[in-house]
Amino acid sequence: MAEKTVSLNEPILSRNERLAAELRQRFAEHKVYVINVLSSPGSGKTSTILATNERLRDRYRAAVIEGDIASDVDAVTMKEAGIPAVQINTGGLCHLEGNMIKQAVDALDQGVGLDAIDVIFIENVGNLVCPVDFDLGENLSIMILSVPEGDDKPVKYPGIFQHAGAVLLNKVDVAPAFDFDLDAYNAVLNELNPRAPRFSVSATRGQGMDEWCAWLSEQIEAARA
Amino acid sequence: MHELGIVSGVVEVCAKSAREAGASRVLSVRLRIGDMAEVMDESLRFAWEALTEEEPLMRGATLEVEDVHPASICLDCAEEFEHDRFHLRCPVCGSADTVLLRGRELEIASIDIETEDD
Repeated sequence: MAEKTVSLNEPILSRNERLAAELRQRFAEHKVYVINVLSSPGSGKTSTILATNERLRDRYRAAVIEGDIASDVDAVTMKEAGIPAVQINTGGLCHLEGNMIKQAVDALDQGVGLDAIDVIFIENVGNLVCPVDFDLGENLSIMILSVPEGDDKPVKYPGIFQHAGAVLLNKVDVAPAFDFDLDAYNAVLNELNPRAPRFSVSATRGQGMDEWCAWLSEQIEAARA
Repeated sequence: MHELGIVSGVVEVCAKSAREAGASRVLSVRLRIGDMAEVMDESLRFAWEALTEEEPLMRGATLEVEDVHPASICLDCAEEFEHDRFHLRCPVCGSADTVLLRGRELEIASIDIETEDD
């Protein structure tokens, strides 16, 4: 019997990180810009994607990868709006992982083909904790918070707000009915993630959507250049 | 669920590395986890007990966790500073242009194994 120490210094999620690197390469080869959409359940990921596509559809051909524990409700909604969509059912897993995205991308490739897609929205499982650790090969992660959830979410879930490349505050049209302290919310984000631009929007009413879409187009163009 | 996924990754990598090193069992595993990874120690240990039980090489292995406190560097004034999970702005010049140097680690540092020597 002998004892020894083996030094590993390896990322715990190394398998996912390898897959994400492969996906990132594949997206770049086909000039596909990928957006990982994060939020809690019900804050408006689906309606934000639809409203964004509505404004950008003349410039970019979009597809959606839907992640949910169960059901194909969101994928059906996307297809009804004329957007190619693949539904992933995680069966209980609280986030999407690289291998699931790979399968969904294969399906899109066999369907419309990756060269016929400019932008993929990945609608992650509604969750403010776990998706942060799983790189999906995306160009941009966005965090959507909705007014009814409250201004204290960045304090309670700093990781996801820190990780986001842009933060959208959705449902601002109903703000008068809620005690959402915009100053307190901004003060926390000024320290937590000062670099990410913030947009106040109402996906269903259209408020702020043009500003958000203009910024997003700039990011897509910059990635293509 | 978050911690369960992390631990299943740890068990997979450690068992594979131990097997490659000719181990008869794994005695302990050392992880490096950044404060910003939002990992709960209690859940981590619960998942550890559940999952190491299922992997013969890992049964009974102890788990050691080294917490890594966050630090960033300012791209404007080059100040290196430690911070908590909420304040990433440069404390010297107030710049938002900072890059995280450490604090989000999710790494397996090393494993202690037992080998059957001749």
